Amino acid sequence: MSYEQATHFAQTWGLGLLTVSFAIAVAYALWPSNREKFNQAAHAPLNDGDDDGR
Amino acid sequence: MTAAVGKQEWRIDALAILAIIVLGAFYALWGAAHATDRAFAIQMWTALAAFLFGGAMLIGSVVRPNPADRESRYENGVIKAGVIASMFWGIAGFLVGVIIAAQLALPNIFYFEDFGWLNFGRLRPLHTNAVIFAFGGNVLIATSFYVVQRTCRARLAGGLWSWFVFWGFQLVIVLAGTGYLLGITQGREYAELPWYTDIWLTIVWVAYLLVFLGTIWKRQEKHIYVANWFYLAFIVTIAMLHIVNNLAVPVSFSGWFSYSLFSGVQDALTQWWYGHNAVGFFLTAGFLGIMYYFIPKQADRPVYSYRLSIIHFWALIFLYIWAGPHHLHYTALPQWAQSLGATFSIMLWMPSWGGMINGLMTLSGAWDKLRTDPVLRMLVVSVAFYGMSTFEGPVMSIRAVNSLSHYTDWTIGHVHSGALGWVAFVSFGALYCLTMWLWKKRQVSHALVEWHFWLSTLGIVLYITSMWVAGIMQGLMWRAYNEFGFLEYSFVETVEAMHPYYLIRALGGVLFLVGALIMAYNLWRTATGKDPAVERAADVPAQAVAAE
Repeated sequence: MSYEQATHFAQTWGLGLLTVSFAIAVAYALWPSNREKFNQAAHAPLNDGDDDGR
Repeated sequence: MTAAVGKQEWRIDALAILAIIVLGAFYALWGAAHATDRAFAIQMWTALAAFLFGGAMLIGSVVRPNPADRESRYENGVIKAGVIASMFWGIAGFLVGVIIAAQLALPNIFYFEDFGWLNFGRLRPLHTNAVIFAFGGNVLIATSFYVVQRTCRARLAGGLWSWFVFWGFQLVIVLAGTGYLLGITQGREYAELPWYTDIWLTIVWVAYLLVFLGTIWKRQEKHIYVANWFYLAFIVTIAMLHIVNNLAVPVSFSGWFSYSLFSGVQDALTQWWYGHNAVGFFLTAGFLGIMYYFIPKQADRPVYSYRLSIIHFWALIFLYIWAGPHHLHYTALPQWAQSLGATFSIMLWMPSWGGMINGLMTLSGAWDKLRTDPVLRMLVVSVAFYGMSTFEGPVMSIRAVNSLSHYTDWTIGHVHSGALGWVAFVSFGALYCLTMWLWKKRQVSHALVEWHFWLSTLGIVLYITSMWVAGIMQGLMWRAYNEFGFLEYSFVETVEAMHPYYLIRALGGVLFLVGALIMAYNLWRTATGKDPAVERAADVPAQAVAAE
């Protein structure tokens, strides 16, 4: 692969791929039906009980 | 799982680790016998001693297994060892830092003509590697093992492999540190390790990744808590960076010297792609894992916004990896690559400040604890320093600013506001917490934590303000011209002008070191003290309410 081919890919498909995958990550974070799951997860450090075994 | 099956698996890891130790010991013996230089021979004898020590410990743990090592319990021993190792290497690294600060400030006293191996050029990589990898690395391994077990409700996977990771990493540190004193270095910043230590670190790191992934794999919680994402990103990315940046051809398998596979500007770019992501994924992502577990836990408040934490994570992952070229402004690197690095550095403001706000706002409804709990205050101040140094970094990555700041002590000041203020403070907070929680003691001495907190904070402030002034002055003096178009100052005049600030910096370092010594005493008193073991749950009555 030449330098031109590599930069062309990076500036078109590569850029699009990264933008779309980041948009998917943000959508996952903001998706309304995930709200309850994330509210529970926010408490995870508080719920993990004592060190003494489980 | 029946006890018999558990025992069987455990023996397989013991055999595999034994095989690695035997192979390592044979190679070390061969290398010591055929060494092309004395430094390599010393390294190989050191490695041989370490492998024999490791083999003896392995046999000991097989012959006399710890009855507490059951699948139904968490693996705490390796984390306790990590707390002790972190404190030990931390003090060693801070001490070397104070020594080299004194060498710069008072060269007439601290230049050792008869001990060349103690001079600045040898001690400086010893300091950076000791504080970043020995102190920071042990803190990350210990806290990640703690957090992943609790948030997955599963014992560490792989039986003895977590101990292999711990001791294998200590061997990396010993080989690295003694190697720098012997003059062994690849000359790549934060990647000074020679090729054989690189290979050993790769083996240890893959084992670390597998232990971490294996624990997540057998988790009893459906959702993987966000701190584990940060830890996983840290482990995976460091593996990738380490392997690519250290691709090299050894001159001989019985000597330490090697040539990089890259050359010229590609070599420089690869190095700073590595170097800046060592900051982004070792010193940031991993320690954000600490922030997202220890601050909620110690404040007894849920994460302020879990959604923000997810966006924080992915924005950091997507942006950080491109920021490295800002280390190569005004070099042979193509200018578009320099601009790309600066642009992504500036975009990093968003996730950095989003994360800082998320950490600080986790104290909503618990702000009063900052007055009464100095451990929590240490954790929270670290997040404030995180915000400050991640604001300053992008500013310095702008080409016009960089033309003033680059190669000056401003950079040193910036690094230490992040390293002392953010990384070390969040680590101190986590180590105080771990000592109370693992040794099951009610409280570390709050009076001593206050002393540690204020001495260290004063030390950091002295350090970074003196380096700002010294660095900006140095940069301005370098670029000052007189009316005839000649340089106004000679180099030595800039050195002379910076002397008072070097003294202030050394004083700041001493205060930071004294604070860490107080901390070590406090942790030791807490762990060995007669303070009655108090169940943590009984200590924090609000927990039942918050847990809802």
